[in-house]
Amino acid sequence: MSVVGQAPPPFFKRGPAPLARLAFFLALSLLLLVLDLRYHTLEWSRQAVAVVVYPLQRLAYAPAEASGSVADYLTSLVTAEKENAALRRKQLDDARLLLRQESLEQENRHLRALLDMKQRQTVPSQVAEIIYSASDPFARRVIVDKGTRAGVVAGQVVVDELGVIGQVTRSFPLLSEVTLITDKDQAVPVQVLRNGLRSVIFGNGDGSLELRFLSSSANIQVGDELVTSGLDGIYLPGLPVAKVVHIDRDTTYAFAHIRCEPIAGVEHHGQVLVLGRPLARPPAPPEPEDKAGKSVGGKK
Amino acid sequence: MMQPTHSSNRILLPVRGWFIFMTLLVALFLDMIPVGRLPGVPDFVALILAFWCVREPFKVGMGAAFVLGIVMDVASASVMGQHSLAYVLLAFAATGLSRRILWFPLARQALHILPLLLGAQLVMFVARMIAGGASPGWFYFLSSFTACLLWYPLTYLLLLPQYQSMEKDDNRPI
Repeated sequence: MSVVGQAPPPFFKRGPAPLARLAFFLALSLLLLVLDLRYHTLEWSRQAVAVVVYPLQRLAYAPAEASGSVADYLTSLVTAEKENAALRRKQLDDARLLLRQESLEQENRHLRALLDMKQRQTVPSQVAEIIYSASDPFARRVIVDKGTRAGVVAGQVVVDELGVIGQVTRSFPLLSEVTLITDKDQAVPVQVLRNGLRSVIFGNGDGSLELRFLSSSANIQVGDELVTSGLDGIYLPGLPVAKVVHIDRDTTYAFAHIRCEPIAGVEHHGQVLVLGRPLARPPAPPEPEDKAGKSVGGKK
Repeated sequence: MMQPTHSSNRILLPVRGWFIFMTLLVALFLDMIPVGRLPGVPDFVALILAFWCVREPFKVGMGAAFVLGIVMDVASASVMGQHSLAYVLLAFAATGLSRRILWFPLARQALHILPLLLGAQLVMFVARMIAGGASPGWFYFLSSFTACLLWYPLTYLLLLPQYQSMEKDDNRPI
């Protein structure tokens, strides 16, 4: 035995019985599950493990990153030139609008001052890059490369050049986790751009969105654009969210079944903008004397 | 191996602890490579954990499974306890069936591993469905089948260091 360098097999000392060990670890796992799902009290431990795992995670991302940069390098000059021309054209198109925006904003400020309305807030924002989508097959989340060290905190809204893509739900020191608007039951308060009809849009979990709890006779039609209403105090008002693609007005149900597609490139990778929180929330309306229910914060 | 097998097995060197650790680390690394929503990518941690649980039930067991599960939970941004629950059950079944599984040739060993891996996936599936997650579709379970196809090459790869002899001797048959 000593030649091989192995101790004799432990015939008698084997610790607790397998069933006892199973019961212990199962109880521990179930406790973790319940604590995380019901009470959300495990964020600190997640942070701790995430810091340890981060180097490995970064390393694992390297092959994908390398293949991406090689693909970039091999993109032919022709494609680059074509893209350049298209961007130039788009810039000219946008310049027309941008030039007028300055004066329109000025005019808007004046009008708002005249009407004695609250000035619209501007919020700070920072550019982040989606580095990969989380491998959890049960949810739709992506990981971006800005974390608490860059000032990103949970609750911030993430947009791309077309519209809202999601919301930061967890932030680690160097990374943040963004839950996409198409994640199941992820809710965004919206209004119809055409007539201002307010509602809340929910993700379906399969890449589409759904407007729930709108009656069958609601004034909404295919092609309507939905933008954030800003009533929650988290999303800035007016960000494009989704477009209605299908309406099923079955009168046997109380509500219409309205399917929407996201406007932004929710399932694509690339640069995104993490918007800051609106600096100050507008004051809540005065509460009525009798306890008629909790007042909803963030009403203008 | 200690187990009697009807096929002639080579007598292997004892496994080294750091080698088990390294393989599990490599499995974690492989699982962290972002592949997006590609179906059928095997869960390497579950596979290699099952392998060591079958091969070395006294060295790798439910404790290791639990720790790996926690790391996987954080790495894949899923609910805490989801992977650890599945892996602990997988390790329990694999260590329990270890004596039986090693009796069979490799192809039939893989057939034994398939239900274990599927069971682990099913546990995660049920846990997340109860928690209100979105259904990933039936292709989710495809990864167990691809993992089970890897059992054959994996066995040779992971047992390779144990095939080497301690002292080099050209006259010895093993």
